[in-house]
Amino acid sequence: MLDQGTGDAFVAFEHVQKSYDGQTLVVKDLNLSIGKGEFLTMLGPSGSGKTTCLMMLAGFETATHGEIRLDGRPINQVPPHKRGIGMVFQNYALFPHMTVGENLSFPLEVRGMDKAERERRIRRALDMVQMGAFANRRPAQLSGGQQQRIALARALVFDPQLVLMDEPLGALDKQLREHMQFEIKHLHEELGITVVYVTHDQGEALTMSDRVAVFNDGRIQQLAPPADLYERPENSFVAQFIGENNKLPGTIEELTGTHALVRLATGEVIDATPVNVTQKGQQTLVSIRPERVEFKPEMMPAGAHMVDATVIEIIYMGDILRARLRVAGTEDFVMKMRNTLGQTPLEPGQQIKVGWHPADARALDPV
Amino acid sequence: MANALDPHAAIVTTASGAGDGMLTTADGKPLARALARSQSRARRRAFLLVLPLLAFVVVTFVVPIGQMLQRSFYNDGFSANMPQLSAWFDQNPRGTEPDDAAWEALAGDLVASAEVRSIGVVGTRINYDVPGTRSLFTSTGRKVRGGIEPPYREALLEMDEDWGSARLWNAMREAATPITANFYLASLDRRRAEDGSIEQVPERQRVYVMLFMRTFWLSLLITGLTFILGFPVAHLLATLPMRKSNLLMILVLLPFWTSLLVRTTSWMVLLQQQGVINDILVWLGVIENGQRLQMIYNQTGTIIAMTHILLPFMILPLYSVMRTINPSYVRAARSLGATSWTAFRRIYFPQTLPGLGAGALLVFILAVGYYITPALVGGSSGQLISNLIAEHMTGTLNWSMAAALAALLLASVLILYWLYDRLVGIDNLKLG
Repeated sequence: MLDQGTGDAFVAFEHVQKSYDGQTLVVKDLNLSIGKGEFLTMLGPSGSGKTTCLMMLAGFETATHGEIRLDGRPINQVPPHKRGIGMVFQNYALFPHMTVGENLSFPLEVRGMDKAERERRIRRALDMVQMGAFANRRPAQLSGGQQQRIALARALVFDPQLVLMDEPLGALDKQLREHMQFEIKHLHEELGITVVYVTHDQGEALTMSDRVAVFNDGRIQQLAPPADLYERPENSFVAQFIGENNKLPGTIEELTGTHALVRLATGEVIDATPVNVTQKGQQTLVSIRPERVEFKPEMMPAGAHMVDATVIEIIYMGDILRARLRVAGTEDFVMKMRNTLGQTPLEPGQQIKVGWHPADARALDPV
Repeated sequence: MANALDPHAAIVTTASGAGDGMLTTADGKPLARALARSQSRARRRAFLLVLPLLAFVVVTFVVPIGQMLQRSFYNDGFSANMPQLSAWFDQNPRGTEPDDAAWEALAGDLVASAEVRSIGVVGTRINYDVPGTRSLFTSTGRKVRGGIEPPYREALLEMDEDWGSARLWNAMREAATPITANFYLASLDRRRAEDGSIEQVPERQRVYVMLFMRTFWLSLLITGLTFILGFPVAHLLATLPMRKSNLLMILVLLPFWTSLLVRTTSWMVLLQQQGVINDILVWLGVIENGQRLQMIYNQTGTIIAMTHILLPFMILPLYSVMRTINPSYVRAARSLGATSWTAFRRIYFPQTLPGLGAGALLVFILAVGYYITPALVGGSSGQLISNLIAEHMTGTLNWSMAAALAALLLASVLILYWLYDRLVGIDNLKLG
C-alpha cells in the first residue's frame, strides 16, 4: 500500500486542518494518501472528524489549513461541481420531484450530453444496480434499499473516478445492509473506481475495505488493512473501538524485544506482546480478544502463563457461548467458545484457569 | 378455512345469501353494519364535542353570508309595499304605456304605503336605480295621506311632474319583481334599457369593472412583490442557525403584533410629501425641494403599504416548506456537476413550490378583499373594490349592491381556488 505523502497518490490530504469556530480543531493535521482503485473507509465515533474530511474532499467545506490533491491537482479552490466526484448521501438525497430516470439524467444534462447518450448511460447505470424497470418511478415509491441502489447508480452514471459515500447504509435494516455491502464491494471491483467510505459501523468497515482509517479526536489513530486493524491494534482506542476486547491494567515487569511480562494489579503475571510500551515499570493496558482466550491447558502454547478465573455467567448465543469471568479483579472479562458438539460445559461459579498465546495479548498505552 | 373451532375464524366469507361473497361476522351479521354499529357511539360523542363550534359557525358565518348573498338578487322593498302596481306590471308586458288602471294602482299603493309609513322603503329601492327619486316618493306620500281624487294621472302629475318620467316607470317595473339580476348587472357597469335589453351604462358612470380590474391587477402585483421580497428572507430564516433565525423570525412577525392602523399611519409618516423619505431625498440632493415625490394617497401608497402588511403571509408558508428541504439535495446536485444557479433553479426552487403556491394564494385572496389600508393611504387612484362595497354598506345604504359586488368578488376567488386546484393540486398546498 501507499505510504503517507506519496506524490503519485490519487487522493492526498497534506497537513489538513479544519476549524469551524476558530477556537477548536475538528481535524488536526490530517495526512492521508489514497491509491487509485482503492476502497478506503474512514471509521470513527461521531464527532471524530471523519465526515468533515469527506466534506472537504467533496468541496462542501474548505480546509482551514493544508492541501488536498486529486490526481495530482490541488483542489482546495475548485468548487464542488467541477471536481467530478460522485457522492452517495446518508439520506440518499434523491430529488423528490423527479423520477428515477430524471434523477439519473440530471448529472448528464448539466454536462450537456445529448439525449441518446444520456439514455444509453441511464440504462447502463440502472442495469448495473438491477433497477432497470424503475426508471419512471418517483423516489417516494421505492423502498429504502431501492432508493439506495438508485443513489448509487446516480453517483456512478457520469463515470466519476472517485466516489464518496457518507454512511450510505445507515438507514437500512441489518439484512439489507449486509446484502448491499456485498453489492457495493462488487461494483467497486468491477468498475475499478476509487471509493472513500465513511461509517461508524466497524463491521461494515472490516468487510468492505482495502484499508481502514480509524478516526478519533480529529486524528487518524491507525491506518491499516482490516485484519491488521483487528488483530494488531496499535493503541488502546483502536483495540476498544474495533471488536470486543478484554482490558487488563498492569505494569511491565520484563521487556525483551518482542515479549513482555506484565504484572497485573492483583499480582498475577501474564505474557504479552509489547506494542507501544518502551521500558520496564511502565503502566500498560493489556488487550486480549475474547475468542483468543483459552481455558483448556492442552490448547495453550508451552510455558504460557495462566491466571485463575471464576465463571460468573454463561450466555448462549447460538453459534457461540459467551462466558463472563472474574479475572484479576475485573468482572467483565469475556471468553468466547465455539458451540461445538464436544465443547466442555462450564457452570457459573466454576473455578478455571485461562490463558492465551503471548502474540494475542497486546500491551498498549494505559488510557 | 372457515373452521368453526378456529378462534381466528371470527370473520368468514360466506357463500350463502345472494352469493356475492359479502363479508359477515361470525354470527352472520354483515360486516359493514357491525363495524358502523361498533363505532357509532364514539362517532356520536365526537359529534357532540364539535356541536358548539358547528352551531357557532352556522350562526355567525353561514347564516349572515347566506342572507347577504340573498340580498344581492332578492329585494322586495318595492314589490311588497306596492302590491297593486306590481300586479299591473305583471299583467302588462314591457312597453305598455301606463293606462288609467296603472295610475289608479300607483295612487292606491302610494296612499296605502303612506298610511303604514313604508313609503320611504319604496323610495329607497327606486332611488338605487333612479337617483333623486326618494324625495319624490316621500313628498308625494305626505301629500296623499288624506286620500287622492281621480283622475289619478293628472292629480299625481300635478303634485310632481316627475311621475310621468319613462325612466321612473321603467325602474318601477324592474323593482316590481323581488328576484332580480339588476344588482349584478350594475356591478358590471350594465343596466336594462327601456326595451329590456342589457346595455352599458354611460361611459362616465362606469366604475365597477375598472375597479375590479384594478383590484385584481394590484393584488397580482402585490403578490409578485411579496414573493420577490419574501423568498430570500424565508430562505435565510430556514438556513440560519437557530438563534439568529429566531431573532429574524421575531422581526418578521413584529408587524403581526402591531396594530394595522399604527403600521399604516407610520407609512404615512414615511411617505408623505413632507415625510421622512422625501426629506432625505431632498437633503441628499436627489430631488429638488419643489419636486417632492407623491408616494402616498395614490396607487403607489396602496402598493407599498399592502406589500409590507401582507409580506408575512408569503414568508411563513415558504419558510415552513424550506425548513423541511434537506440541504443535502442541493449538495447532491452540486456534486453531480450543477452550478449553484442550476442547483437552485432545478432542485431547490421546484421543492419550494407548495409553499410558494400557498403563500401566493393567501396573499392574493387577502389583497383582493383588503379595505383599511387602501382607504387610508390609497387616495382616489388607490381605492379597491372593497372600498366601494364599504361605501354601499355605510354610505348609500344600497346593501343589495354591496352584496352583489361581494358575491362577484367571492366567486372570482373561488374560481381562482378551483384553477389552482386543477393546475397545482390543493393537496400540494402547505400553509405551515
